[in-house]
Amino acid sequence: MAERRTIRNDLLARVEGEGALLVQIAGGQVADVKLKIYEPPRFFEAFLRGRAFTEAPDITARICGICPVAYQMSSVQAMEQICGVQVDGQLRALRRLLYCGEWIESHALHVFMLHLPDFLGHESAIELATHDRELVSRALELKKVGNELMTVVGGREIHPVNVRVGGFYRAPRKRELTALVDRLERAREVALEAVEITAGLDFPDYEHDYELVCLAEPDEYPIDRGRIVSNRGLDIAVAEYDEHFVEEHVEWSNALHSRVVGRGSYLCGPLARFSLSADRLSPMAREAASEAGLEAEERNPFRSIVVRSVELVYAADEALRLIADYEEPDAPAVPVEPRAGVGYGCTEAPRGILYHRYQLDADGTILDAKIVPPTSQNQKAIEEDLRGVVERSLDVPDDELTLLCEQTIRNYDPCISCATHFLKLEIARS
Amino acid sequence: MSRRPKLAVWKFASCDGCQLSLLDCEDELLALAGEVEIAYFLEARRATVRGPYDVSLVEGSVTTSHDAERIRKVRRASKRLVTIGACATAGGIQALRNFAGVQDFLSAVYASPEYVSTLESSTPISAHVPVDFELHGCPINKRQLLEVIAAFLHGRRPSIASTSVCTECKRRGTVCVMVAHGTPCLGPVTHAGCGAICPAYNRGCYGCFGPMETPNTASLTRQLKVLGMGDRSIDRVFRTFNVGAFEQARADG
Repeated sequence: MAERRTIRNDLLARVEGEGALLVQIAGGQVADVKLKIYEPPRFFEAFLRGRAFTEAPDITARICGICPVAYQMSSVQAMEQICGVQVDGQLRALRRLLYCGEWIESHALHVFMLHLPDFLGHESAIELATHDRELVSRALELKKVGNELMTVVGGREIHPVNVRVGGFYRAPRKRELTALVDRLERAREVALEAVEITAGLDFPDYEHDYELVCLAEPDEYPIDRGRIVSNRGLDIAVAEYDEHFVEEHVEWSNALHSRVVGRGSYLCGPLARFSLSADRLSPMAREAASEAGLEAEERNPFRSIVVRSVELVYAADEALRLIADYEEPDAPAVPVEPRAGVGYGCTEAPRGILYHRYQLDADGTILDAKIVPPTSQNQKAIEEDLRGVVERSLDVPDDELTLLCEQTIRNYDPCISCATHFLKLEIARS
Repeated sequence: MSRRPKLAVWKFASCDGCQLSLLDCEDELLALAGEVEIAYFLEARRATVRGPYDVSLVEGSVTTSHDAERIRKVRRASKRLVTIGACATAGGIQALRNFAGVQDFLSAVYASPEYVSTLESSTPISAHVPVDFELHGCPINKRQLLEVIAAFLHGRRPSIASTSVCTECKRRGTVCVMVAHGTPCLGPVTHAGCGAICPAYNRGCYGCFGPMETPNTASLTRQLKVLGMGDRSIDRVFRTFNVGAFEQARADG
């Protein structure tokens, strides 16, 4: 093998947004790894200043077309905390239901269209469909049910219009929701099949001892609220986030890097949620996970595709439960009066925890905003995985190694639009 | 067999939502992939095919000098160029910087602003290259997207109404939220295309499809004041995802 090798792929595909990667290998060692995020910044935190607190859910939704509900939910939670309002009962159930729709849509997109082609040796789901059209058709059917759920509860699938601080503009009728039951049951079947298919894939032999961070609730799988916990003993209220996590601006990325104070990188998303809350999945999702042979604490990031599939089962199951228990609320929203203060919101976007903090003045004008998306939080863990994966694969030819690196990044379902944006891949060997 | 037309999808500063609309065409995606060669679409596929492309869909606004150069290359490689969504068509919500100082924005978000390369303004694609068709919406409507793709592949103009959201409420049978409930609504000046979703959810239109062809913003502004909105609130409702286009319309109006 030549002493110096350079591998470049300037166009990393099947991720949401645009970024680049640089791996430098020298003397048989990985010298440096950088996930470069070039996505041009759009300055949401700056232009939120001076806006009305009621505008935050619509404005922050535009950070990401793939997980707009996550932005809406974290922002309304923060605003409601400042205004001293509790949104509970059926309104809270509707929010969780809307969120289930987003999990189904986003996870189905990632599992089948972005991630699975890597394992099956195809460049895309479109190519996969030329070999197994039936599989891709079922995947699209599953994804569509997620979108339908978002459309009924939220008004439309991308940037839903129905979410407001205090609740919704219009609560759906019971019959609008029950009309989705048959399709959700079918979606659950497809999701169970996804668990079976993904559990049977060949996974690279790689594990990492992550600090896993996610929300936790005593009696339910974390989606729309909870305390922030980790497998290293972290257990804090959302309001304590800034004391335990810091963001750094590094030269090679337009997305800020996060770390746990005093420790370092951490991982959020499906592996963290599953590892810390598997016992709170529905019985059907739990059984699917057990049949798939998932470990109690899953540390192989490539197996995130199986965990996402289990979460697809859960999201469909949970949506069915919420619909069965739904009673039309008396009012679509609770009244909210602005007041001065600081508030915090954190919910589980499909990719992991999404943290918002706002400061308002007495008339509800936003004075300050801070938003930490899951992909920023995972950047350091992605870089560590790349280092670990490349170290174990130094003898692999360049084109295969490039693909393996891409796959390592795709394990995270990175949303660079969220973190800011642009994936290019560049491996330099010397 | 005749060559399948080549379709390309390009991304500039945006949220990915409009290109996601193509993948959200769950019932049509595989049929479309049979009719056209999806030659360049990084969000969906790793393989890329060289241009020229018969139709290019462009999402996002231009906010860096690198992107200002890139859109020229995209234009040169494309027979037809269609902008999809508010960012590509009007500069997006990130065009709010055009009405403030970008340095203030930078230092509000980034600890080390010198690492970030960005232009003073966020501009629509049409400010840089000729555009064959502009599809409005934040996000675009996927039915309209399919119509636009089909039209250009068949060499005809897309059949997309340029009237206001009001016409869609009437067609849908939605009671006017402004007249009946006194809810402020941008429907009278907003480009149709969403299907008048917000009024159907008991909320006023917030203008995410941008201004219609001949918007009477002055008249609507008077009505918004009658409904109790102050100048600051009125500025805010016009200054969102289509701030560039609405501010132009207000200046013209």
